Amino acid sequence: MDLAFFGVQLLNGLQYGLLLFLIASGLTLIFGIMGIINLAHGAMYMIGAYLVWDLTLRLGNFWLAILIAIPVAVALGLIIERLFLDTLYKRDHLYQVLLTFGLILVLNEAQRIIWGGDVHSVPVPAPFDASLQLTDNLQYSVYRLFVMGVCLALAGVIYWVIRHTRLGIIIRAGAVNRDMVEGLGINVRTLFTLIFSVGVALTAFAGMIAAPLTSIAPGMGDSILITCFVVVVIGGIGSIKGAFWGAILIGMATTFGSVLIPSLASMVIYLIMAAVLLVKPRGLFA
Amino acid sequence: MKNLKKTALASVLGTATLVSAFGAMADDHPVKLGLMLPYSGTYTALGEAITNGLRLAIEQQGGQLGGRDVEYVELDSEANPSKAPQNMSRLVKGDKVDFVIGPVHSGVAMGMLRVAKQSGAITIIPNAGLEAATNQLCMPNVFRTSFSMWQDAYPMGKVAYEQGHRRIVTITWDYAGGKEDLAGFEEAFEAEGGEIVEQILVPFPSTEFQSYLTQIASLEPDAVYTFFAGGGGVSFVRDYAAAGLKESIPLLGSGFLTEGNVAALGDAGEGVMTTLHYAETLDSEENQAFVSGYQEAYGEAPDTYAVQGYDTGMMLVQALDAVDGNTEDQEALIEALAGVELESPRGPMSFSDSHHPIQNVYLREIRDGRHEVVGVAAEQLEVPDDACRM
Repeated sequence: MDLAFFGVQLLNGLQYGLLLFLIASGLTLIFGIMGIINLAHGAMYMIGAYLVWDLTLRLGNFWLAILIAIPVAVALGLIIERLFLDTLYKRDHLYQVLLTFGLILVLNEAQRIIWGGDVHSVPVPAPFDASLQLTDNLQYSVYRLFVMGVCLALAGVIYWVIRHTRLGIIIRAGAVNRDMVEGLGINVRTLFTLIFSVGVALTAFAGMIAAPLTSIAPGMGDSILITCFVVVVIGGIGSIKGAFWGAILIGMATTFGSVLIPSLASMVIYLIMAAVLLVKPRGLFA
Repeated sequence: MKNLKKTALASVLGTATLVSAFGAMADDHPVKLGLMLPYSGTYTALGEAITNGLRLAIEQQGGQLGGRDVEYVELDSEANPSKAPQNMSRLVKGDKVDFVIGPVHSGVAMGMLRVAKQSGAITIIPNAGLEAATNQLCMPNVFRTSFSMWQDAYPMGKVAYEQGHRRIVTITWDYAGGKEDLAGFEEAFEAEGGEIVEQILVPFPSTEFQSYLTQIASLEPDAVYTFFAGGGGVSFVRDYAAAGLKESIPLLGSGFLTEGNVAALGDAGEGVMTTLHYAETLDSEENQAFVSGYQEAYGEAPDTYAVQGYDTGMMLVQALDAVDGNTEDQEALIEALAGVELESPRGPMSFSDSHHPIQNVYLREIRDGRHEVVGVAAEQLEVPDDACRM
């Protein structure tokens, strides 16, 4: 591999890693604060992608579609939290796992009933539907650069909210000792509803922004779910900073692993996870 | 529950027509077709297209098989290999069907064929392309009306060489179906004297292709041959075009790369060449009649899977006519099925000694969002079945 292609692969790894961070951030946020393992995470990613595809087709504008799809995703989170999760907090973790597993089946089937089984795509929206010439035969979509920018910006916003706002203090405190936070007069029930809705919206937003880069197909969230769990476990469950560096690490490992050691390509992320857990059993940043 | 209802409805309708049929013979019970296809999950569209095609063929021929009414028993395979033996047993032993038609998924086929071996149930495979079904596993009671991975890929090897390509990179998912497909292409391409520069295997079912596209760009081959299907096919072709590779390195593929995906591919698909045993634009009387008949019955255009279902139906019609609807004498029935010759929408089709279709494979190019037939890549191609001696 010469230097130019090495540079392109670095870019590929970074871009994939940043997108992974965006997808995984909702998962780690919900787990960190609420202690809920949301197995339906991938299904919500898929719902985001389908929503934006459907709305783009109706409205003819990708950006408008995202603008409308985000509140829909927040509402979905709100409904799921208030109707189902709210009754299960006092019960064992297993009930929540069972519920979110059930949600995968329900959301996947709902997707099939509403949108059918065909494969769809969303065209790359203007003004980012151009490409840069990287080497003499390879181009790079400007939209990919845009997605990187969005992921970085969101990482910054999430970091700022958690580090420098009152809400962030409550969130951090809640992650350490929920009972104490409640004892201090914070309405944990409202906080949970908020966190879950934001988490779902973040995940669905990842699906929306990734839609022009991927294909919209049934079950598209199932494979991303496993990768997200690996990212979150490597970074330390519940840590946003961990999710960020975990995602970059997995992005790079997937990109370079697939080219340098193709025979291990499908295992490389699990090997890294095993290695991290051996040294730091709670993850890199927990 | 849905399937139960459908079955119940089918039997009620079956009985109703039976009773009203004038002077029907006392032992004239309907022919039972057990459909073991995916009616939920990722492969739903395929299961439904096959069912539609099958029913259309039988309806168009008078709704009967060998003078007997037809009862359909639909069972959702869920494309789940672990449930396959149990589901197949239910159809064969529980519902006592005369024929099992299925599956779509090759993993399910493995489970089904185990039961087919033990029970001797006549099984017609309307999709699953694993080579073993009509080669290593070799059973007199098993037929296939579709294709094998090898059969659709092999003709492209010669085409690629004739187009002047000498150094080619092949890429697919790291699973049996993809590897069998590449093996077919590589066998033909290397026999012509071409060189496979690199065979890339992507972990299944990943659709993150950027690093592989960068690798392809650095290898600078004359062309790329690929097998991906469904969402993976759309992602690969679009990413390939977005990386600017399509202009400098032509993209060739198995027909499944673009089958059912043309609309989703948009401009990225234009000019992509594939080989497959069918194209919706085939200019034959049979195909035009089939396409308009299907369109009229179901309000949508048929695809390859619908043709495979349709031919399964035509095969049953022909074979049961030959034995006058007698499903008791299994040996005669199998002989009749093996002797079936169809003027199918896909062209002339007959069966090899291993019960696999002998058929044309077409070279297709996407032009203006349609698979245009460029030519016949292989005429009446037979698959290797050295491991099968019946």
